[in-house]
Amino acid sequence: MNIVRGILMRRETGIALMILLLCLAVGLYKPQFLTMNQLRVIMLLVPLVMIVAMGQMLVLVARHVDLSVGSMLGLSAMLTGMMFRDLPQIPWGVGFIVAIGTGALLGLANGALVTIFKLPAIIVTLGTLNLYRGLTFIVSDARQVDRQFVPSAVKAMSQTSPIFGIPWIIFMALGVVLATYWFTLHTRVGRQIFALGSNPSAAALRGVKVNQITLLVFSISGALSGLAGIMYASRWGFVNPSNTGAGFEFQVIAAVVIGGVSINGGVGTVPGVMLGVLLLGCVAAALPLLGIPGTAQGAIYGAIILIALLIDRSVRQQGIASLKWMRA
Amino acid sequence: MQEVTPARPLWHVILVRPETMTFVLLIAAVVVASQLSPYFLDISYILRSFTLSAEFAIVALVLTMVIIAGEIDLSPAANMALSACLFAWAQASGIPMPVAIGIGLLAGLAMGALNAFMVIALQLPSIIVTIGTLTLFRGLAQIIAGDKSIRVPDWFIGIDKILVFGIPMPVVIFVLAAFVLGLILAGTIFGRQIYQVGTNEVAARYAGIRTRRIKLVLFLLMGLVAAVAGMMTASRLGSVRYDLGLGGELQMVLMAMLGGTYIFGGRGTILGTFLAAWLLVVVSTGMTVANLLPAIQLTVLGVLLIVAIIATNFIYSRTQR
Repeated sequence: MNIVRGILMRRETGIALMILLLCLAVGLYKPQFLTMNQLRVIMLLVPLVMIVAMGQMLVLVARHVDLSVGSMLGLSAMLTGMMFRDLPQIPWGVGFIVAIGTGALLGLANGALVTIFKLPAIIVTLGTLNLYRGLTFIVSDARQVDRQFVPSAVKAMSQTSPIFGIPWIIFMALGVVLATYWFTLHTRVGRQIFALGSNPSAAALRGVKVNQITLLVFSISGALSGLAGIMYASRWGFVNPSNTGAGFEFQVIAAVVIGGVSINGGVGTVPGVMLGVLLLGCVAAALPLLGIPGTAQGAIYGAIILIALLIDRSVRQQGIASLKWMRA
Repeated sequence: MQEVTPARPLWHVILVRPETMTFVLLIAAVVVASQLSPYFLDISYILRSFTLSAEFAIVALVLTMVIIAGEIDLSPAANMALSACLFAWAQASGIPMPVAIGIGLLAGLAMGALNAFMVIALQLPSIIVTIGTLTLFRGLAQIIAGDKSIRVPDWFIGIDKILVFGIPMPVVIFVLAAFVLGLILAGTIFGRQIYQVGTNEVAARYAGIRTRRIKLVLFLLMGLVAAVAGMMTASRLGSVRYDLGLGGELQMVLMAMLGGTYIFGGRGTILGTFLAAWLLVVVSTGMTVANLLPAIQLTVLGVLLIVAIIATNFIYSRTQR
């Protein structure tokens, strides 16, 4: 009985039920929603959000927030795309190193501002959100990197498949998810992130190197945004300075908070975030079938964030003491 | 025992404060800008440039009070868009103008109330709540307006063309708003209580201050003022689109931060934000005159935000005790 009860009480079960209900409801109304083709649509929508959401989860667990993910994605994608364009003889694998490295450096800069100057992450990343977006325009001279410059091997990752017709980028997203799962549950540093987010002063007294962990989570968030950047180039085949990753932060934050990551830090699971991303993907895929215009997406993300906050609060009230978030 | 530090000399109190930094930067910006273009010595040119950011500046004044009270609101730019869209949609579908304006204002108030409800009644952190409502409001505006722009009647257009003693109307409204809010913040019991709430909310509550009511008033004021600003923008642009004021939250937060408002609450002045608004206008107009791309201007604003908050924190850490 206790095991059943334990499963039912889990946050992940709730999200899984929501996904199931959503799919059933939409499927009853529009049977074509429950086809393999539709599954493919959803599966191609989610990998980018999935990867960035894993980084955002770590940042939120450490009691910070990263608003600059979309701009880091854009700048990494742009630099990688320009390298492909200007140095065509370079092997395409180097693109991954450039994209991930750029992202990690940008994330490290966020983390350095937060730790060295003791600034709230929200303001720092609101600044770098605009700063990095502006840099994307500057380095690219406001020009798009067109389809013919992205190596076909990179574009193929979104189309060709090693097995079962599932494209490579989904396996890459899955790899990131598994790695994050292992990292958060089975490494010392991973656990220290949770300790830090639950109670920063206690964590510091217990010997957790607060500054290093903070730098680390921001760098990971940046590196994963960079990885998503080259995957963006793979998925869409071009990199545009104004569109690439713009507004991405809201999708990612919506997915992460609906996935049960507490905004007060210290709480969050990889399966929960994964389900949160899938839920968002299902919603995005269901909209056109239901005849709801794509313009409604923004409002839905906003509503999801608020609903997730309400759920978060009702869960928190069941015993976990509320913590003051910004002044900690 | 902690050592008693001697009281700071008067010059120190007056000079070492963020507003002084803002003022010095403002003078420096004007000097540099006037080297770029002689137009900057023409006051009417600066006034005309100011009308482009006047709406954000007005909202930034209220945002300053919200930040001093220890909260933050990132949603006002989206609020401006949604209330302006509702207003424009209402009058375009034949509802009489005064009613349409009423709808816009009420919508703004309702959005402020939603933020207040989530933050005060449900005790959720304002930072995440307003990221959520920012997305929600902008999304609703997009649903209402779609990709089209809604025109407003001809007589409603052109608030920035109305001159009062040669000063454009939006600037007059901004100066008046700064004066009134400055008086409230610095000279009334309510104003002082805002500082107390932001300095230490628990202590303020024990001291008998109705902290929730103060925050409620501030969030409602924020919603109302954002709606007014939205309609002023509609009047200036002549039509309303869902992306009205897009990204305005950066400029608003930047004005408050450049003016020396302490991000953790309890410190800051309307005077600082007032000066910072002018500083920002001179800087961005200067960049436009110098033919910098809008994207580069975005970069500069991002850097300014980070530098401003570092400098402000530094000054406060020097003067705290």
